[in-house]
Amino acid sequence: MAAVPHAGRRMRWWRTRRGQQRLVGYGFLLPDIIGLAVFVALPILGAFYISFHDWSGIGAREWIGLQNYEDLLDDAAFRDALRVTAIYTAVFVPLLFSISLALALLVNQGLKLTGFFRSAYFAPFMVSLVVSSVLWGFMLQNPAGVVNEIIGLVGIDPQPWLGSRRFALASVIVVTLWQGVGYSMIIFLAGLQDIPRVYYEAATIDGAGAWKRFRYITLPLLKPTSLFVGLISFIQALQVFDPMYVLTQGGPAGATTTAVFYIYETAFEFLQLGYASALSIVLFVIILVFSLLQLRVFRTESYE
Amino acid sequence: MSDVTLTAARTRTRRAARARRRRRIGDRLVLYALAAIAFVILAGPLLWMISSALKTRTEVLASPPSVLPATPQWGNFSDVFEQVPFARYLLNSALVATVVTVVSLLFHSMAAYSLARLRYPGRNVIFVAILSTLMVPFTVIVVPLFIIVDWLGWVDTYWGLIVPMIPHAFGIFLLRQFYLSLPRELEEAAIVDGASLMRVYWSIVLPLSRPILAALGIFFFLANWNNFLWPLIVTQSSDLWVVQLGIQQFTGQRASQYELIMAASTLAALPTLLLFFVLQRRLVEGIKLTGLKG
Repeated sequence: MAAVPHAGRRMRWWRTRRGQQRLVGYGFLLPDIIGLAVFVALPILGAFYISFHDWSGIGAREWIGLQNYEDLLDDAAFRDALRVTAIYTAVFVPLLFSISLALALLVNQGLKLTGFFRSAYFAPFMVSLVVSSVLWGFMLQNPAGVVNEIIGLVGIDPQPWLGSRRFALASVIVVTLWQGVGYSMIIFLAGLQDIPRVYYEAATIDGAGAWKRFRYITLPLLKPTSLFVGLISFIQALQVFDPMYVLTQGGPAGATTTAVFYIYETAFEFLQLGYASALSIVLFVIILVFSLLQLRVFRTESYE
Repeated sequence: MSDVTLTAARTRTRRAARARRRRRIGDRLVLYALAAIAFVILAGPLLWMISSALKTRTEVLASPPSVLPATPQWGNFSDVFEQVPFARYLLNSALVATVVTVVSLLFHSMAAYSLARLRYPGRNVIFVAILSTLMVPFTVIVVPLFIIVDWLGWVDTYWGLIVPMIPHAFGIFLLRQFYLSLPRELEEAAIVDGASLMRVYWSIVLPLSRPILAALGIFFFLANWNNFLWPLIVTQSSDLWVVQLGIQQFTGQRASQYELIMAASTLAALPTLLLFFVLQRRLVEGIKLTGLKG
């Protein structure tokens, strides 16, 4: 490049320091901004627009105003899907939370082989939900699956786990818990290791037992971590899809049809893209409201 | 205090110490038992998957089941490769996950550097706008996203598999926080020496962010390798199937050949499990750092 011939006031704007900052600043943002605009912002706006139409994906779109939203209020199948999602979430989140916290406490005790145990507990997270579902589908076979063999040892009859309305959702919860606890365990473990040891030592000298130390030191100091795990697992639970698709196809008789599975079916099997978009918007609002509520509750509590 | 009471007190404390030690050993035993139970429940199924992948068809659903195969059937793995284009699925997954990871890291670190260091009008507004996209869960936009990708003509192409997976506000956010925590002196010295901003980014900022990029990169790779919903929607021809899709289809076709299904599952899980055992520390760092969606 040639030397700058006109220094000083005749320097072109993009050569100035300020110009460089702007040029590179906007330039570096551009790829991600375009990506986020086209593949995140546009879809959410598009979802609103499409939700006012009757559209199968091919052929003409027909403007029908709020018809989809009216239909949705009368849609018993959607209500069932929301109920299944609510039950799944209400069981999954507390179990995930307590099991992963218990595992984190367990591998934080300075046992021998701690590293080995930690890796083993975390390993299922490396396996996709699809493979996890296939694997558990095999283990839950009726009657010859290994789970039925094991409960047979204590004299329980084999159960048609995935084929029964009673156990299908519970089975799916087990699969997702199995796959997911290792991840939250690591996050809790990081939180536990941030708590200064002196607190525990001081409490022990004052005569506090294990339960009191957990209740009055560990739990309060883990609050930010708990909020994080709670929120992440909550949002994740409301969107569960893979095991339903692989293991149960939403069945038997809708027992595992969650909201996202229902949206998927509506859009890509029944080809009602307009209606599916309206369902998506409703799910979005539900997730948003609940996450904001959760944040609010935690924040007010921590100011007390 | 007399000698007698002193000795008595000493025996008492010694006895108490012994009791405490015994109780502590008892506690330890309980903890080890719990750890072993958790091991069986969490690692057991994975070991069962591998063991079943090596069994014969009669062994795999035999009752009572055998823990280990009589003779390991290594042929099950080659059968999977022969019966379906499984190598193709694995390669597709590797390609998609690698490209998404590399491009994401580059784009996000550029955007993050710009947001953390450079000055221009509208920077804060742009940052808030980027953050606000965090509120939009992927499953909610999947239907309109499909419509946009269809409109671009990318359905059933590698473009459709890869490009929509790149934008990721959380990655930008994390890297921005990291750059804000870096000392500015090195960069300023380089600028005083006449280096351009591009040069500063490429030769100073990028090398300094190697650890965080590695942690984030493992996580992006994992998330994309294990992704299912989007590939399911955007691909039709089996040439483009990623391994998760391949497994799901294979399972549907071979309903009763569980030794092959388990062999295929083992193959699909192996790359990420190996990644984990080799890069364990980095991965754990990444999780603590990110807490990204699984």
